Amino acid sequence: MSKILAFIESRDNKIKNSGFETASTALKLANDIGAEVEVLLIGNGVNAVAGELSAYGIKKILIADDPRLEKYSTTAYSKVAAEAAKQRGADFIILSATAMGKDIAPRLSAKLEAGLASDCTEILAQDGNIIAKRPVYAGKAYIELKVTSQIKIFTLRPNVFKSIKVEGISAEIEKLDIDLNDADFNVKVKEIVVSSEKIDVTEANVVVSGGRGLKGPENFYLVEDLAKVLGGASGASRAIVDAGWRPHSDQVGQTGKTVAPNLYIAVGISGAIQHLAGMSSSKCIVAINKDKDAPIFQIADYGIVGDALEIMPVLIEECKKVLTS
Amino acid sequence: MKIAVCVSQVPDTTTKVKVAADGKSIDPAGVTYIINPYDEFAVEAALQLKEKHGGETIVVSAGSERNKEAIKKSYAMGIEKGILIKSESEMDSYTVSRNLADVLKEINPDIVLFGKQSIDYDDSQVGNLTAELLGIPSISVVVSIDIDGSKITCEREIEGGKEIVESSLPVAICAQRGLNTPRYPNLKGIMAAKSRQIEERQPTYTENKTEVISMTLPKPKAKGKILGTDASAVPELVKLLREEAKVI
Ligand SMILES: Cc1cc2nc3c(=O)[nH]c(=O)nc-3n(C[C@H](O)[C@H](O)[C@H](O)COP(=O)(O)OP(=O)(O)OC[C@H]3O[C@@H](n4cnc5c(N)ncnc54)[C@H](O)[C@@H]3O)c2cc1C
Ligand SMILES: Nc1ncnc2c1ncn2[C@@H]1O[C@H](COP(=O)(O)O)[C@@H](O)[C@H]1O
Repeated sequence: MSKILAFIESRDNKIKNSGFETASTALKLANDIGAEVEVLLIGNGVNAVAGELSAYGIKKILIADDPRLEKYSTTAYSKVAAEAAKQRGADFIILSATAMGKDIAPRLSAKLEAGLASDCTEILAQDGNIIAKRPVYAGKAYIELKVTSQIKIFTLRPNVFKSIKVEGISAEIEKLDIDLNDADFNVKVKEIVVSSEKIDVTEANVVVSGGRGLKGPENFYLVEDLAKVLGGASGASRAIVDAGWRPHSDQVGQTGKTVAPNLYIAVGISGAIQHLAGMSSSKCIVAINKDKDAPIFQIADYGIVGDALEIMPVLIEECKKVLTS
Repeated sequence: MKIAVCVSQVPDTTTKVKVAADGKSIDPAGVTYIINPYDEFAVEAALQLKEKHGGETIVVSAGSERNKEAIKKSYAMGIEKGILIKSESEMDSYTVSRNLADVLKEINPDIVLFGKQSIDYDDSQVGNLTAELLGIPSISVVVSIDIDGSKITCEREIEGGKEIVESSLPVAICAQRGLNTPRYPNLKGIMAAKSRQIEERQPTYTENKTEVISMTLPKPKAKGKILGTDASAVPELVKLLREEAKVI
């Protein structure tokens, strides 16, 4: 039977949502192609959270637990993952396409001479193999891709795949024995600076983004307030990042972040192709723009053609009302 | 200090994608190609490092004749030497990286710069993959670089914040937007670029590890509902988000 190894990202001993998505996707694929799944957790004290994966139907958890692995290190984490894949004889390796997953996967590709399909939005089983579907040219086209090497690696776009709880499973935990030396920590995270208390656009279920149609930075609170009411994050078009209204970390689009929330609300954003590149896989898109011909309306599910400065306060109040009733 | 930069040549961001007759690739007819935008940040970073720490700069690109334009653009900005690993057949990220690594081993740079991703296939693979083949550390999605002797400290963007990452040299760095503002080539640079030679190499590796089966355009989305032209449409919108789309 072939084997799928899923890398599960945790930070500060909290498993990321994308980790559960990866686990569930691995299980679904295993079921489709007839494979078994083992997941890998790397960190310091990760056995404390390992059990949480049982709730998603995982039966076998491999942990690499070491005080030196508390903070992320490209080289050390990649070595652990590659060694785990070798020791366990993995045929497929799945990671989430998060900052960490995207950093590790290419190193695994080199170490294991394995082809890598990155940022997949769909993966399908076909004759015991996996076919990946992924956007290219910033989402203007999709390719179906086959990995032809013996070991095959896939990263999954966060928020696109579902995590599914499964009852009655209790996972077996096994500690891996992997030799790490000082040279494996030549590159190391010294510190993490959290930008603010707010949720990151890439991890939010709801993203409200503002553009130049807001007229000035003093009106951006409208976007932030709506995001807050909806429990989401606020994002920005490049135009207002360039204008200095918002930090670059808020930018959604081809040269910003790629998001795929359940709900994306674009306020005063024209919908330039480079902006669409970052948000077109959102499940439901709402546009508020005073120009009925703005390209954003071509991909919006719902739209209001009007003045954002007039509409937003009403929308915030209405959402408050509905969500608290 | 020896500074290398890897650049690719990609369709302009406003390109309308048409699928070629083979059903697997983009139809190049009418497409304008540019240096990968992230690679301009990498080139600029290379030039700034040279200005600050001294040394030499060299650009490497793997691809067709077309990639010469990316090298010339790097020359015009100020890079001194360039190598094209010339191949007319499609190379995936693994193959590109193997070829880059072979050339970089010879160059033996202290720092090698990449863009965060090529905006054609948006792979985000080549930087770290090449670094691993070279056996050196790497830092990806970098928005600031600070070199102090044999130590480099970078800020790297992650979800919800930044990591401050420290590494020894030699190192590979993948540039994210925000790292710097790429300079515009001046007339002198453009003239100098014209006379500068590009060294051509044969690929040392050709076995792709991935195969594109098909390329398709996204299905056009069904026309959305326009609910009105002012705030009076808000209750209807909220109702639909709640009851039809079920997203709030
Ligand atoms: C290489 C490259 C990379 C890029 N990467 C990105 C990227 O990552 N992300 C990104 O966003 N852009 C990116 N861009 C820029 C992109 O092309 C657009 O310029 C940008 O998205 C426009 O931002 P905007 O929609 O806020 O501004 P505009 O295009 O100026 O649009 C403002 C909109 O607001 C509407 N409006 C005006 N007043 C009101 C009002 N009172 N109420 C409601 N609506 C109003 C207008 O009708 C208009 O549609 C990139 C460009 C290039 C060349
Ligand atoms: N064909 C190539 N030749 C040289 N460098 C490349 C090539 N393809 C990608 N790169 C470099 O690797 C980075 C990431 O590309 P990718 O992994 O293709 O998204 C780019 O920004 C370039 O710096």
